[in-house]
Amino acid sequence: MDLHEAQSTLVRVFNDANAQFHKMPGSAIILRYIKSSYQNDPVRSAIELFLFLFAVRYMLSPSYSQQKKVKLTEEEIDELVDDWTPEPLVAAPTQLEELENEKRPVIVGPTGPKSKLSNGRTVTNLASYNFYNFVANEILKEKAIQTLRTYGVGPCGPPGFYGTQDVHMKTEADVAAHLGSAACIVYAQSFSTISSVIPSFLKRGDIIVADKAVNFAVRKGIQISRSTVRWYEHNDMEDLERVLQKVTKEQAKKPLTRRFIITEGMFENMGDVVDLPKLVELKLRYKFRIILDETWSYGVLGRTGGGVTEAQNVDAKEVDMIIGSLSGPLCAAGGFCAGSEEVVEHQRISSASYTYSAALPALLSTTASETICMLQEQPEILTALRENVKAMRAQLDPRSDWIKCTSAPENPILILVFKPEVVASKNLSIQEQSQLMQDVVDECLANGVLITRVRTYPHGVGFNARDQGWQPTPGLKVCVTSGLTKKETEKAGIVVRHAVTKIISRRK
Amino acid sequence: MPTRSINPFATASPSPSPSLDALNEKREQPRRTSFTRGNKFTSLFGGNSPRTRSEAAALRDALVAQQQALLDSPSPLQQINSASISLPAINLTTATGEKMPSEQKTLFQPPDPEEARRIARANAQFGPIGSQSHRCTSQAEGEFGDPIEDEPPYYFLLTTYISYLILIVFGHVRDFFGKRFRRQHYSHLKERDGYAPLNSDFDNFYTRRLKIRINDCFSRPTTGVPGRYITLLDRKSSDGNNTFKLLGTTTETLNMSSYNYLGFAQSEGPCADAAEQAIRKYGVTMASPRADAGTSELTVEVEDLIARFVGKPASMVFSMGFVTNATSFSTLVGKGCLMLSDELNHSSIRFGARLSGAMIRMFKHNDMRDLERILREAISQGQPRTHRPWKKILVTVEGLYSMEGTMCNLPALVELKKKYKFNLFVDEAHSIGAVGPRGRGVCDYFGIDPSEVDILMGTLTKSFGANGGYIAADKSIIDKLRTQNAAMLFAESPFPPVLVQIASALRIISGEIVPGQGEERLQRLAFNSRYLRLGLKRLGYIVYGHDDSPIIPVMLYNPAKMPAFSHEMLKRKISVVVVGYPATPLVSSRARFCISAAHTKEDLDRMLAACDEVGDLLQLKFSSGVAGGADPEELAVQWKDCVDEQHVIKPPRWRLEDVIKRGVEDVQYPLR
Repeated sequence: MDLHEAQSTLVRVFNDANAQFHKMPGSAIILRYIKSSYQNDPVRSAIELFLFLFAVRYMLSPSYSQQKKVKLTEEEIDELVDDWTPEPLVAAPTQLEELENEKRPVIVGPTGPKSKLSNGRTVTNLASYNFYNFVANEILKEKAIQTLRTYGVGPCGPPGFYGTQDVHMKTEADVAAHLGSAACIVYAQSFSTISSVIPSFLKRGDIIVADKAVNFAVRKGIQISRSTVRWYEHNDMEDLERVLQKVTKEQAKKPLTRRFIITEGMFENMGDVVDLPKLVELKLRYKFRIILDETWSYGVLGRTGGGVTEAQNVDAKEVDMIIGSLSGPLCAAGGFCAGSEEVVEHQRISSASYTYSAALPALLSTTASETICMLQEQPEILTALRENVKAMRAQLDPRSDWIKCTSAPENPILILVFKPEVVASKNLSIQEQSQLMQDVVDECLANGVLITRVRTYPHGVGFNARDQGWQPTPGLKVCVTSGLTKKETEKAGIVVRHAVTKIISRRK
Repeated sequence: MPTRSINPFATASPSPSPSLDALNEKREQPRRTSFTRGNKFTSLFGGNSPRTRSEAAALRDALVAQQQALLDSPSPLQQINSASISLPAINLTTATGEKMPSEQKTLFQPPDPEEARRIARANAQFGPIGSQSHRCTSQAEGEFGDPIEDEPPYYFLLTTYISYLILIVFGHVRDFFGKRFRRQHYSHLKERDGYAPLNSDFDNFYTRRLKIRINDCFSRPTTGVPGRYITLLDRKSSDGNNTFKLLGTTTETLNMSSYNYLGFAQSEGPCADAAEQAIRKYGVTMASPRADAGTSELTVEVEDLIARFVGKPASMVFSMGFVTNATSFSTLVGKGCLMLSDELNHSSIRFGARLSGAMIRMFKHNDMRDLERILREAISQGQPRTHRPWKKILVTVEGLYSMEGTMCNLPALVELKKKYKFNLFVDEAHSIGAVGPRGRGVCDYFGIDPSEVDILMGTLTKSFGANGGYIAADKSIIDKLRTQNAAMLFAESPFPPVLVQIASALRIISGEIVPGQGEERLQRLAFNSRYLRLGLKRLGYIVYGHDDSPIIPVMLYNPAKMPAFSHEMLKRKISVVVVGYPATPLVSSRARFCISAAHTKEDLDRMLAACDEVGDLLQLKFSSGVAGGADPEELAVQWKDCVDEQHVIKPPRWRLEDVIKRGVEDVQYPLR
């Protein structure tokens, strides 16, 4: 191609482009603008062009300045990649952890008041939440088998996608009717219920006032929600009021956000019961909502096991959200959240462990319905348990020089901690107390009584002990069951008491 | 159509035989009494809430009606019931089941009513295989690449955006007037005597104005076994989907929605028998956390079985799949660690990752180049601000993505892992049991040694018809988890009947019990998945995902097509899942089919026929042909001229008859 031809092509292309440009709608406006802005001043046009290009560049650049990076060549990166040695995925096990894995009891056959362990010994089981011995109930087993033969085992899908079965709706209605609240939603697992309920309502900027001693699941829920948290001293209503006043004062000028008080009905780690009437009074005065974790009180407190609201004569509608368990005392599975229609319907679409998890197996759901029904029909089941609790308590709390029981009188889980004077005189650190408690558990097991202890909260990888926050006081956990006679219960109580005495007096 | 065994749902039986009714009555008696009792208490304790009472009553009605409807349900399949039509009725009238002398003379022995009913029930949960050719092996072949994603014509994208625009504008107009004239409906979004609203007005807009319109397509209540068929409780809304009333009737539908990959959702058979035995022996629960007294011999047995099944030294089971992910990351990563997570990972992984305190970065879905770029940057730059090296890097992917139907590119990940020394966590929630020649998940599918992956997590809900989750890894990791995992320390332990269901399902798959059945289930699942996927492609649907994935998403785009598709399918007695924003990107609303080994080829043909009709009706056949489904002649041309870019691919629009005729043969080849 010679030069002449190239030039003519260029001209033709230019003319074509020019013609096309003129055909374009709005081209006249652009031309007029350029002409009028030129004003016989090329510098001015150049500046305008420069500004235009700068604007384009600015628009296309990332929206925020990214963190400063060190510029490296590909070879240097390869070298760094070769150099990098990651830590192993988990750290080497500590001696305590190895022992724990070794000692963990494995139950052969059914669990019950007398359970057989894998080492062949039959022990008195005071570590299960089998308070009413529903596990061995033949009627419940028959019901479960009938359901199994109609529904199979798993529902094979989340509730939103054909996993909602009529049995779940019945269990929801049963729980709501038992508590006297407007509506209820059943989750597939009790432990994760509250961890999911809290973040579905509380977001960044909302305010939580929570008891210091709340259980692990509540803490995780609070962590996920990213709300502002204020803690109050365990079960101290005066301190709660102080915190509420402070929050109200601080927030007075700010836009109104959601405010919640989160506490437990019966505390997992302490065993004591909340003062609900007082709590409701404070909530109404300071305009907070309540999330009450009744995991350990539902099915235990009250005439028919309706929980704290029934026991303390508070209308369940006064409490905005009641979270409870169908898996503990009721010996079925799953958790629930009861509240108003609005509260429940919101969770059906925005609570992670409900929407993104498979529904509860039908046979466990019908078992829950059935046990709720039994508790209501036969309140004597509850009184029988309370007799045993009284008998066990009498063996431990007043008679032991070393330990005291922090649980409420009706609580079938007796939490036993060292008396403060014992801790002071023996100069026991938290770690040492834990170790002693584990020794007591081992000693009891050697004497044929299976009990357990309050577990410390596991801490994440890479976190120091100092930013762990509150930890439960080391203690023993003795779960009473009505599957044992009063005599047997007392006998087991004596074993526990003697074990404590033996272990603590061995220590200088 | 071949004669299948008798199916009560597949036959219009206007007058069910009295003996069946009697049996039915007997079976239901105890449950009904319990209901009445429950209801009495409902009214006693919930006396102040009539709504609860009426709901319980409606539920009871529904349940009573359910058994009746099981017999009366109109036929989903126009099939001939051999027992009631082609054979002498004389055999059916033996109410006591006595042997009639005439029986000896017939060549074909008809089953007695009770037996027939049992078989019918079993077949409604798990369809018998029609032909031995309906089997296939799920295994990776050749280079594993990303599936080709087809694009719809711009017209559909544009109308999708316009649809959302109209919905949003309408929503705002309704809000504008509603807030002024119907204040009580909006009171829950306003400040009420000093309480902030539970939902913010803005967050609630999508639910209030968009989702509610199609609420009837979600959370449809069901009853019975979610097997091959699923029974829906009919419901109706008279207030624009705000509340639903159960009508007391039921509809038997073909189940294209449950995660029942291997068809273990059964109330009969070895698994259910074992579960019944377990309930009799163990009760339903262990009533204690694993760490205290909740570890049963069954737990230990199942853990061993799972470890052997997935090919890892040790494993640990949980009572819920969500919690498996939500609690275990805290033990693995934390401060100073980096987690690289696929952008489409499940909510439970995000939940767990957030709790762990590790730094989280996302990479583009299944994009290994993007992952490598981020890895190079992360390792070379170290932690932000301090520039210290990361303590460890955990790459988290899913084996099979539940909304896309895509599988992770495990071979590439393992290559990257060798070079960049990160740890690999694979969530096999959907892939365990569902892919691989032996059903052992993605490692099995790609023929990769499971030791190449650090942690294999999975759920037991989906393929095994049970509940819960597991983690399988080296013994040191599992030992650490056992002492540190919150679910181990505080949550309920897995339940004996569930554990037994898992154990027997695993044994069936690996052939230890009922030899041959596990293999059949696996191969039927692979066949069914490929057959339906190929059929849909040939009909002209845009289908996402890899060939062997039992999750088949078909694209709908326009939001209004979601309820329309769902309703049209329900009219044809097929239950499907429709998913839209926010679970998917705004434009790509889709319907998702979950294939099961319990489906027969006839079921899939019925599905294809329905999709053919609905596709024409709703204009859903918009594939361009780039993703496969072309005519065989076309295919040959394409292969020959693959270098020739100019070649125009003809959009596949096969006739239904041809799809069905060619399907069985063509699934054995790559689905082009």
